[in-house]
Amino acid sequence: MDLNFTPEEEAFRTEVQTFLKDKLPERLQNKVKQGLRLSKADMEAWHAILHQRGWLANHWPEEWGGPGWSAVQKFIFEHECALAATPRIVPFGVSMLGPVLIKYGNEAQKRYWLPRILNGEDWWCQGYSEPGAGSDLAGVKTSAVLQGDHYVVNGQKTWTTLGQHANMIFCLVRTDRDAKKQEGISFLLIDMNTPGVEIRPIITLEGEHEVNEVFFTDVKVPVENLVGQENKGWTCAKYLLTYERTNIAGVGFSVAGMEKLKALASRVKHKGKPLSEDPMFAARMARVEIDLENMKTTNLRVIAAVAGGGVPGAESSMLKIRGTEIRQEILSLARRAMGPYALPFIEEALSEGYTGEAFGPDGAASAAAAYFNYRKLSIFGGSNEIQKNIISKMILGL
Amino acid sequence: MNFEHTEDRRMLADTLNRFITEQAGIEARHAAAASAQGYSAANWSALAEIGAIGALFPEADGGFGGEGFDVAVVFEALGRGLVIEPFLGALVVGRAIAAGGSDAQKAQLAALMDGSLVTALAHDEADAHYELAHVKTQATHNEKGWLLSGRKGVVVHGEQAGLLLVSARTSGASDDEVGISLFLVPGNAAGIQKKGYARIDGGRAADLVFDQVQLGEEALLGAEGQGFALLEQATGWALLALCAESLGAMEVAKQHTLEYLQTRKQFGVPIGSFQALQHRMADLLLEVEQARSAVINAAAAMGDDRVTRERALSAAKHSIGRIGTLVAEESIQMHGGIGMTWELPLAHYAKRLVMIDHQFGDEDHHLARYIELGQA
Repeated sequence: MDLNFTPEEEAFRTEVQTFLKDKLPERLQNKVKQGLRLSKADMEAWHAILHQRGWLANHWPEEWGGPGWSAVQKFIFEHECALAATPRIVPFGVSMLGPVLIKYGNEAQKRYWLPRILNGEDWWCQGYSEPGAGSDLAGVKTSAVLQGDHYVVNGQKTWTTLGQHANMIFCLVRTDRDAKKQEGISFLLIDMNTPGVEIRPIITLEGEHEVNEVFFTDVKVPVENLVGQENKGWTCAKYLLTYERTNIAGVGFSVAGMEKLKALASRVKHKGKPLSEDPMFAARMARVEIDLENMKTTNLRVIAAVAGGGVPGAESSMLKIRGTEIRQEILSLARRAMGPYALPFIEEALSEGYTGEAFGPDGAASAAAAYFNYRKLSIFGGSNEIQKNIISKMILGL
Repeated sequence: MNFEHTEDRRMLADTLNRFITEQAGIEARHAAAASAQGYSAANWSALAEIGAIGALFPEADGGFGGEGFDVAVVFEALGRGLVIEPFLGALVVGRAIAAGGSDAQKAQLAALMDGSLVTALAHDEADAHYELAHVKTQATHNEKGWLLSGRKGVVVHGEQAGLLLVSARTSGASDDEVGISLFLVPGNAAGIQKKGYARIDGGRAADLVFDQVQLGEEALLGAEGQGFALLEQATGWALLALCAESLGAMEVAKQHTLEYLQTRKQFGVPIGSFQALQHRMADLLLEVEQARSAVINAAAAMGDDRVTRERALSAAKHSIGRIGTLVAEESIQMHGGIGMTWELPLAHYAKRLVMIDHQFGDEDHHLARYIELGQA
């Protein structure tokens, strides 16, 4: 039993820290720290910096441009990135489509699409959810009918995150109406500029445009854009949902969030003393901090098991549930700490270069918005209730 | 990073688990718990023989373990078996003697480790409500040594212990850390009145009244008035042990409940097919894994500086108190009516899980302590 990282792993941590110190632009770091809106260019800039170092697709095999990291190294990298307040890696191309193509794509697809993900030529979005298929993903209705050398796609996708920036979308489509639910689904790559594709924004409760609806009307998709076999798309979908979820708990984000929260609670005053010394608030902070300390070790235990050749499988559901609960609680406390100054909502203050008056403690402008925005954590990627179903089936055998 | 126990510890755990399953079944436990002694002397010496006490101490003190993870492995096994023999007293008193004792005092460790000397910590007092520095029992110096007077509450195995570790005030006010001294008191010393009783979670405890108990100079453990640090250190071992014991008991409660969900039928189907129960069970599993991490964190911190160590211990005891109670309540609830019966072993695990939160500080006490230590 040894909770310490090896000297090699610690050296790697130093290497990552040095890289972040040298290469993470201060401008981007400040935007992330303050919870400001990131532009498409911001996210692309960070991708390019990582790509230059060969660290963008850090879980791809070396053959396709990955760095060949162990599970522990990946954990350290993501942890350090979160602590340094880097923009996140936009996951749709790098973390979602990439691994599917590497596992199920043909040579031509791999050679064409993978480099374009790395160099940023394509911005991918995810076409999984539909109005009638959220947690019940196998309920997709969007249809693709083969006509000669192309499919004709009709239907609607929703919750398409950052789809407004995308030129490509990977979709689950139904290619056999008569098959049982999970069968008859195919995995299709669709150019967003094809006639018949229409994208409309969905404004989320805090007023942001992050997600979209995508409509398909008689959209022609070349048959070579089918990944894997026709009607076997569920295999790709499932692979994508279980792939590389050892960092799903977002422990790095929580640790960074906890530090931010403590600093905030020691600045905000209550009865002439820092809010962090208020017994009720201190108890709330201590509870979540203790839970996070336990979670760190739980997460490392899962990673150690993976490093030892195990598969994370259903354990990632435990990490997802408790990890997201912890992140949400920290954001909730940051909102509470603002007191009445959680109320002012000055939209422009969330953009770079706002020069108007700031109200309330530092970070007040984004605290409530972030709290509302991150309610999504326990809903997306398989809601926490779905995760409990998975635990119940896969671990408990119920 | 490695979360596997060493070969030695795995063997120790296997030996203990085997003994506990084969020799110390629940019926035997009930019989021993209800006896006048409150535990089985035969089990106690058999467990001592397979090294369960020796594993709690470093080699320098005559044991063959003594690290945080050794203690955790032993007590997790004891928790699985719902063992009621006086291990906690051996650990706390033994570690205090090992850390602060004179050579003559340390000479008693051999008897403690072979099981022939039963020991108990007599520290808690009425109105302390877990506050470690709350000591009103008085010890005054006289020509023969020390004269001890006061009352100690809920001394586990207090009637049977051949040696008591007693905290007493030699100076200062009742909640001062300075002025607390520790004494090693023979269980049969004249002037000790033992008011024994059964415990709701099995076995016995006693309130002990010390009325002008005359002790020799050699009874003082460590320096006069400076006993708090030693007491805190010894208590730290108790916290780790109770957390690990709870984890072992949680594992069994979880397993029993899961088996029940798989076999008990209502409306023609196993009740485990109901989502309401599946989600409660999934929560339970997740919490038990968090509890396991808490024990690992605490065991790993035993060699750290005081604040790091004590914070990890309070974090663990807080987690364990909350989760242990949850596991107890949820296990009873998911069993339904049968969970309310004495006949069901689970019920006794549930009682122990809840009562662990009442020993050496509960969930709230340790949350407050965790905060305080962070501000220091």
